[in-house]
Amino acid sequence: MNEPLKTNAGNTTALGNGVETPPSKRLLKNPAAGLPSCLAVEDLSLIYTSGNKALNEINLTIPKQQVTAFIGPSGCGKSSLLRCFNRLNDLIDDCVISGSIKLDGEDIYDKSVDVAELRRRVGMVFQKPNPFPKSIYENVAYGLRIQGINSKRRLDEIVEDSLQAAALWDEVKDRLYENAMSLSGGQQQRLVIARTIAVEPEVLLLDEPASALDPISTLKIEELISELKESYTIVIVTHNMQQAARVSDYTAFLNMGDMVEFDTTDRLFTNPSEKQTEDYITGRYG
Amino acid sequence: MMSKFLKWSSSGLPWVWVSAASVAASLLMVVGLIALLAVRGISHFWPADVLQATYSAVSETNEILRTEVIGEFVNSETVNAQQVQATGVVIESGADVVQRQLIKVGNRDITGTDFVWLINDFLQDVEYPPDVVTLERTEWGNFYGFLTALSDSNETILDGTEDGFEQLWVEFNNRLTQVQIIRDQIQEIENRQLADINYRMQRLQVEERRAVAQNSLDDAQKDQFTTMRQVLNSEYEIQRLQLLSLEQQASQDSAAFIAANGDVIDIPLFTIVRAFQPNQLSAAGKFQIFLAKVGEFLTEEPREANTEGGVYPAIFGTVMMVLLMSVIVTPLGVIAAVYLREYARQGLFTQMVRVAVNNLAGVPSIVYGVFGLGFFIYFIGAEIDQGFYSDNLPSPTFGTPGLLWASLTLALLTVPVVIVATEEGLARIPSSVREGSLALGATKFETLWRVVLPMASPAMMTGLILAVARAAGEVAPLMLVGVVKLAPSLPVDGYYPYLHLDQKFMHLGFHIYDVGFQSPNIEAATPLVFATAFLLVAVIATLNFGAVALRNHLREKYKSLDV
Repeated sequence: MNEPLKTNAGNTTALGNGVETPPSKRLLKNPAAGLPSCLAVEDLSLIYTSGNKALNEINLTIPKQQVTAFIGPSGCGKSSLLRCFNRLNDLIDDCVISGSIKLDGEDIYDKSVDVAELRRRVGMVFQKPNPFPKSIYENVAYGLRIQGINSKRRLDEIVEDSLQAAALWDEVKDRLYENAMSLSGGQQQRLVIARTIAVEPEVLLLDEPASALDPISTLKIEELISELKESYTIVIVTHNMQQAARVSDYTAFLNMGDMVEFDTTDRLFTNPSEKQTEDYITGRYG
Repeated sequence: MMSKFLKWSSSGLPWVWVSAASVAASLLMVVGLIALLAVRGISHFWPADVLQATYSAVSETNEILRTEVIGEFVNSETVNAQQVQATGVVIESGADVVQRQLIKVGNRDITGTDFVWLINDFLQDVEYPPDVVTLERTEWGNFYGFLTALSDSNETILDGTEDGFEQLWVEFNNRLTQVQIIRDQIQEIENRQLADINYRMQRLQVEERRAVAQNSLDDAQKDQFTTMRQVLNSEYEIQRLQLLSLEQQASQDSAAFIAANGDVIDIPLFTIVRAFQPNQLSAAGKFQIFLAKVGEFLTEEPREANTEGGVYPAIFGTVMMVLLMSVIVTPLGVIAAVYLREYARQGLFTQMVRVAVNNLAGVPSIVYGVFGLGFFIYFIGAEIDQGFYSDNLPSPTFGTPGLLWASLTLALLTVPVVIVATEEGLARIPSSVREGSLALGATKFETLWRVVLPMASPAMMTGLILAVARAAGEVAPLMLVGVVKLAPSLPVDGYYPYLHLDQKFMHLGFHIYDVGFQSPNIEAATPLVFATAFLLVAVIATLNFGAVALRNHLREKYKSLDV
């Protein structure tokens, strides 16, 4: 499953603060230079054994406590890239990943990395709300119980805090022990966010978190994202360009597995430097 | 015309009708089967009216054979006249067919048979005398006749002609109740006190034998064993004397009856289980007796080569065996399915294992029985005996058919069903839920244990339901690995280790076979076959409904996004 990583020793250069210039030909300028970096992606490729290349030598630096959005047409690899950050692609048998991703300077694909601990540090919210068929309380407490936290008082405290942070507390505080499946789609998605932040991750990966929701629930999720960025580094994949424009500070445009452009959201949407980006955001394809 | 037909056909309506008809036919068959079992089985317990008639047939030597008949009508049928004539009865009318009926005349101790076929034409003066009494006895089957006198220690204390029948009947019933109380006491002593002494005696013997085998028996210990044995023997003597006095007390009373052939028979009250006057009973009275008989059937042990009494040990054995099988098969099947689906590398080999598992479900059950006998009993059982029960050798403990081996054999028989059902359940859990758990920092095992397995539990229950349905009805392998016609005791009792896995047990399915086909008294056994079959269906249905209810509860609890 995990092929040995082919890290190109010659290409590893600290991208962290964007001071040095990476030698890759796919070099993009680092718009977040000067900000502390959280995730540094170097020459990341994801190739299926069938020969399809899902990601093609991606280089990217995601700044701390900012919202970074990935946009691009379907199948461009933005979700694959996101799932590299918490190594969820490990579950897929027939893919090979090369290059490196550093979380706070540590290579997450290193052999010594505890994948479960990595996934705790890099939380993820999926496209479709996927609460467990347990009570609301147990959903939020799930990750804590996994870590061996079973003290009722601590659990109560963290569950309440997490639900507060996910702006769900007021709606569910009277029915914490009801099945989470009885919540509406938008509530379920906020429950999943609460469940994710309960384990105090450093990074939140949001994979089209609002695409299965109605406009009002979407709005709530977007408001939540702007609140959460105070404490978390957020990476969001979205289909919806308006959403990317509304919630993100930085935006990366991917197409066919390539990182086409990465810039501050304002600049990318108002003054893209690549023709492809312009075509996409003006609706000529995608 | 043609196009109209085509249109009708393509509308799908014919197929709706065909499928509806198939459903109706299946339902009809199931309902019909259960109704047949229920009617023929349950009607056996309803107290029948007793007829009295004169039967006069002409034999080949032109003798007129007149007999008085008292009994219950059971059945009638039309038979070929020639066939009847071949048995030595002359039929004058020259008809091709004759009607005959089966009468249960009881009184096997006098007449030798308790069922007779009588030709309708030769039956005269059929009447239902109100005073006729039906006796159910502990041996010799039913008795039909008229009560005439009651005696105590061979002295007549009441006579029907002198003291009036009413008084006699009341006194008879009073004394019968007394005797039945004493009989319960006797049973209590036999089943409790004597069994207890017996158990302690056996323990003592085993201990002594062990001490001898280890050569550690010195004189002091020898004396100890002797005194302990003496104590037990004296206890036994006390109980035996009490038993004797009770038996004597109970056997004092007896009642005189006139049988159909005019003989006066003295019947000790001690041998009477139940006495009633069926022709005088109201519907409510009959219902009361019906309930008592059904209760007896469900809670008592069998008598008279299983043709009388109850089937409680068989019910107990069936349920016990199925429960034990479930306890064995569920973890085994679930763990195997989890490995196959979640951990094993999917490929040609796992695919072959799956095919093999599916094929195992199709192996005839008797083959499993042979395997169980050869492997579990003669190999593993014998090894266990060598290792742990060598004190009892050469009499085997586990090296002989028993409850444990029967349950294990059936678990083996049903494990493919559980594996297949669980695998399907695991495959249906949406990957989004697994990913949700993994993304929170859970390992694969934690995800399985906390999310996937609970969500797959309804599917496991489905597998278990199918396994129970198959195992509870299985008889053939059990005949090789543990079922007996008559088990001396239940596999669960008050003596350590309480659950006796090595014991042989009774089973409803085998009971049907035994009563129906191995019984010397086929007419008496037939209704019991139906009753037991109905009971077996009811037991399986109960077990299944229990499992279905549990599954529905689990489904409700773990209902997921798209399931």
